[in-house]
Amino acid sequence: MAALHFEFVSPERVLFSGDVDQVDLPGVEGDMGILAGHAPLVTALRPGILTIINGGSREAVVVIGGFAEVGPAGLTVLADKAVARDDYDTVTLAADIKDAEEDVTDATDDAQRDKLARRLEQLKTLQAALAQ
Amino acid sequence: MPSLKDLRNRIAATKATQKITKAMQMVAASKLRRAQATAEAARPYAASMEKVLGNIAASVGTLETAPRLLRGSGSDRVQLLLVCTAERGLCGPFNTAIVRHARERAIALMAEGKEVKFFCVGRKGYDQLRRQYANQIVELVDLRAARTLHFEHAEGIAEKVIARFEKFEFDACTLFFSRFRSVIAQIPTAQQVIPPLFDSKAADALGGATYEFEPEAEDILHELLPRNVAVQIFRALLENAASFYGAQMSAMDNATRNAGEMIRKQTLTYNRTRQAMITKELIEIISGAEAL
Repeated sequence: MAALHFEFVSPERVLFSGDVDQVDLPGVEGDMGILAGHAPLVTALRPGILTIINGGSREAVVVIGGFAEVGPAGLTVLADKAVARDDYDTVTLAADIKDAEEDVTDATDDAQRDKLARRLEQLKTLQAALAQ
Repeated sequence: MPSLKDLRNRIAATKATQKITKAMQMVAASKLRRAQATAEAARPYAASMEKVLGNIAASVGTLETAPRLLRGSGSDRVQLLLVCTAERGLCGPFNTAIVRHARERAIALMAEGKEVKFFCVGRKGYDQLRRQYANQIVELVDLRAARTLHFEHAEGIAEKVIARFEKFEFDACTLFFSRFRSVIAQIPTAQQVIPPLFDSKAADALGGATYEFEPEAEDILHELLPRNVAVQIFRALLENAASFYGAQMSAMDNATRNAGEMIRKQTLTYNRTRQAMITKELIEIISGAEAL
């Protein structure tokens, strides 16, 4: 199987750079698996778990928002924040959820409230996924 | 002629100064190591961001619906110069070099009949620009309170810049900072951030294929463009921090060496004076003895 070139960066550092078999992304409109030769695509990411699959090994990383681009050179993920799943601190996530809840109640117009409510939903889904 | 005591005091003072500059050099050296690592770690993200945005821009850039942040306002009459400098001095020509670079650009732009506005990040640049362009400075962001630079700082600055852009206060924004190459080489750099400039090479990288967007292209660009501004500013701030410590380190190294040279000269004068006095006293004693 052809290898997919994968660049995974966050503002602080490069998290991963190299060839892999498949990467599962938490896209805003649903999860997707990216293989080599994928059509050009740009997607926003929701807070969720990104999985890097290489050979038999799977590596899970928690990403909090960002973007992914699939181009001719491969996949580039620009994460706002990324932490290996095992190191992820669920206490900060709980705090984030609490903030998000407050934001939803404070929102002034409907469009904004919708957006914030969706974010809250995504954070809660992530929390549930992590609890498994 | 200064007395021996004066000379001794002067040597002691120079030695104290040397100790301070030496300490500052060592502090700068250790801070530099961290700042350099952060600056270098931030480069790939900023570069990837630029590349991704370049690819997207190449496929939607010609669209009428593309956001103004990407297309620009269709004019370049009012230019905003975002000048990032340090908050402190004692770092050789670091601040002056950035300001000079910005000033040259401002003079060239004004000669073309354009309006120039300044947005200062960092006290030192503001102080230097204020003398000449006091009423063209629209804002000053002071980061003195920030012990370490976080992305939030850059985001805050980007928000202010974009808010001004949305109010049609300027047409193009250029970022001035000092790129860190090595301890002795910091390069004052100008980078246009609004509208962003891309490599023309990126345009045909896709070979005619177009991107699928999820969600819509506009939604993504609305998120991505302000983020890009923040990322580029963040990178500029990190590069600046590394450059600042590099410049301070070499400036303090020079100062320490100069102080050493001064101490050597002062000690020589001190010893000569001391010798001259001893000789004089001896002559007085001998001539006194001869007179008897």
